[in-house]
Amino acid sequence: MTRMNVEEQEKAKTKMKLNGSLMLIEALKAEGVEVIFGYPGGAVLPLYDELYKAGVFHVLTRHEQGAIHAAEGYARISGKPGVVIATSGPGATNLVTGLTDAMMDSLPLVVFTGQVATSVIGSDAFQEADVVGITMPITKHNYQVRDISELPRIIKEAFHIATTGRPGPVLIDIPKDITTAEGEFDYDQDVHLPGYQPTTQPNHWQIRRLVEAVSQSKRPVILAGAGVLHANAADELRQYAEQQRIPVVHTLLGLGGFPADHPLFLGMAGMHGTYTANMALYECDLLINIGARFDDRVTGNLNDFAPKATVAHIDIDPAEIGKNVPTKIPIVSDAKAALQELIAQQGKPADTAAWLVQLDEWKRRFPLYYEPEAGTIKPQKLIEMIYEMTNGEAIVTTDVGQHQMWAAQYYKFNRPHRWVTSGGLGTMGFGLPAAIGAQLADRSATVVSIVGDGGFQMTFQELSVIQELQLPIKIVIVNNQALGMVRQWQELFYDQRYSHSLIPNQPDFVKLAEAYGMLGLRAKTEAEAADVLKQAFAINGPVLLDFHVRADENVYPMVAPGKGLHQMVGVKACEESSQ
Amino acid sequence: MTVNNRPGVLNRITGLFTKRHYNIESITVGHTEIEGISRMTFVVNVDDERTAEQIIKQLNKQIDVLKVNDITDQAIVARELALIKVSAPPSVRQEIYTLIEPFRASIVDVSKDSLVIQVTGEPDKVEALIELLRPYGIKEVARTGTTAFTRGAQKTAAHQKTAFII
Repeated sequence: MTRMNVEEQEKAKTKMKLNGSLMLIEALKAEGVEVIFGYPGGAVLPLYDELYKAGVFHVLTRHEQGAIHAAEGYARISGKPGVVIATSGPGATNLVTGLTDAMMDSLPLVVFTGQVATSVIGSDAFQEADVVGITMPITKHNYQVRDISELPRIIKEAFHIATTGRPGPVLIDIPKDITTAEGEFDYDQDVHLPGYQPTTQPNHWQIRRLVEAVSQSKRPVILAGAGVLHANAADELRQYAEQQRIPVVHTLLGLGGFPADHPLFLGMAGMHGTYTANMALYECDLLINIGARFDDRVTGNLNDFAPKATVAHIDIDPAEIGKNVPTKIPIVSDAKAALQELIAQQGKPADTAAWLVQLDEWKRRFPLYYEPEAGTIKPQKLIEMIYEMTNGEAIVTTDVGQHQMWAAQYYKFNRPHRWVTSGGLGTMGFGLPAAIGAQLADRSATVVSIVGDGGFQMTFQELSVIQELQLPIKIVIVNNQALGMVRQWQELFYDQRYSHSLIPNQPDFVKLAEAYGMLGLRAKTEAEAADVLKQAFAINGPVLLDFHVRADENVYPMVAPGKGLHQMVGVKACEESSQ
Repeated sequence: MTVNNRPGVLNRITGLFTKRHYNIESITVGHTEIEGISRMTFVVNVDDERTAEQIIKQLNKQIDVLKVNDITDQAIVARELALIKVSAPPSVRQEIYTLIEPFRASIVDVSKDSLVIQVTGEPDKVEALIELLRPYGIKEVARTGTTAFTRGAQKTAAHQKTAFII
């Protein structure tokens, strides 16, 4: 056979005639997709028929919201795009929360929704919804396929857009007739998007300005967000902070980007941040934001935010720079590229000796604090126990609320890509399905899903999937018989009028676990908690743990809404020692 | 602003304005000299530089947006077309003819008791003519909104109150 023939055959292979469903499957193979999260329905029947024949690994969640949160968990841990399939109409509208969540937290997803046939689009057909219209503001981009010839190009573009620049969800709406129509499948094509050219390399002049600013600074601080994790730049962050002796604070989503046990680490900043992290942001003279978007939960009142600081901001999304905080040194870049450039410059380090002494003093005097109480379970203590039980190495997923903040405060992440939480959107019900995706992305990891009794009941149907796949996830319900964070705000700001936030008659979660064929364990005291944790982590399978914790515990420190970061309440000083 | 002429692209852009709470004063859309590419011109009232910058950055993030230009502070040619239906019994017609002449407006429809006047020009000029015609009794006004270009030669910036984004 001549070389020409081989090439022609190769070409023929990439240019075969396929129906839309097979095209989709071939494209997913070409993209290296290992798992699809989805739920079938009328409009995607032809696609599911081909999935069946092709033997693709597909996880049937019990609700489309579960599928998309699982895909988010998968994306967060693997760094690869999560892939979701849902049917038209209600299947697609059930994805709305997850799409918004992924958009806010910059998670790469490629989502396929079925649609009614092109001939009936616009006629209010059965299970028809204007999914492209609905999801336009909550996706990075979306498409409706109008002709089979467009399908390979659209899928290729979708993966490109979802995973490059600032990652995000991309949705492809596929009418039923397109899934059966035949066309030429050519996936070996270049992506041509003149309107989408993300800047990934830093501007050298701005880098030099930052180097200069650092050398003159006395009280610099780095605010590191999830951008560091998306760019896989944890090593570079540590190297840079050590080279320049600059302390680091994290946003909620950034946790793990810098080792929690590092002497330069000050903790999480923001509404429930540590005293030292928040005071560092308030007192600093140079604030270097790397991959965070100055969310209001991080900044508090903007008028009081970093009032003494020159602000530098490294972000891959130019629209985030200067959006909330006036920025003197804007650097549009991938975090890794910018950090590498900064390290290579080997600028004169800041003279931070006195600043670091001050910060250490704060760390020592104002650590995170709670009143121990052995007869009950203090939620903070529970997180510490889980941390110890897992040697700080677990993947932790959470819902939203008090338990999430305690997990962020007391589980010390020393490694990147171990923390899966819903940050920007604050989605209850996120933690359990996200744990499924996280575990599938890292089969050997210990996965702990820490959820509240409220959020758990929004997506607990996914217990079925955990049991079916025998994923060894430990589900920890921090059960305070309340919507704890709502209750806390009502206690502090609404004169203790607990409007619809107390739920004394929660179901028996242990029996619920048993109903799903899963082991359920309960604890009401610290001693029992230690016991059941030991039992649970000795088992290589799923376990649900129901911890009845102190119901009236609040998350502190707290920056009340409208206040500056320096106006935290609930800070307790450890015994005076220096004076 | 130039965009890919794809289904839903107008929806994408106006949706973005709604989502971020920016009010569109006017918007015009039409084909360009290149097939598949359309030009959109927006007039947006903004409070400060930062808002204008933010709008442009957000528009640039749209995949179908190819190029955004803020021409607020540039020398531009801005034009709008308006159709004005005005009450015009025969007794006042001559007066109206004289009145619209300096505006280079033209009569495009005549009926028993009304006239339709077409005027083209900068929004201020259109506004002025409408005000002059108001005493006669305006029945209907249809305005296209502003479309604009930067001038071939840029001189010192002329100051405008509103932001033009093309």
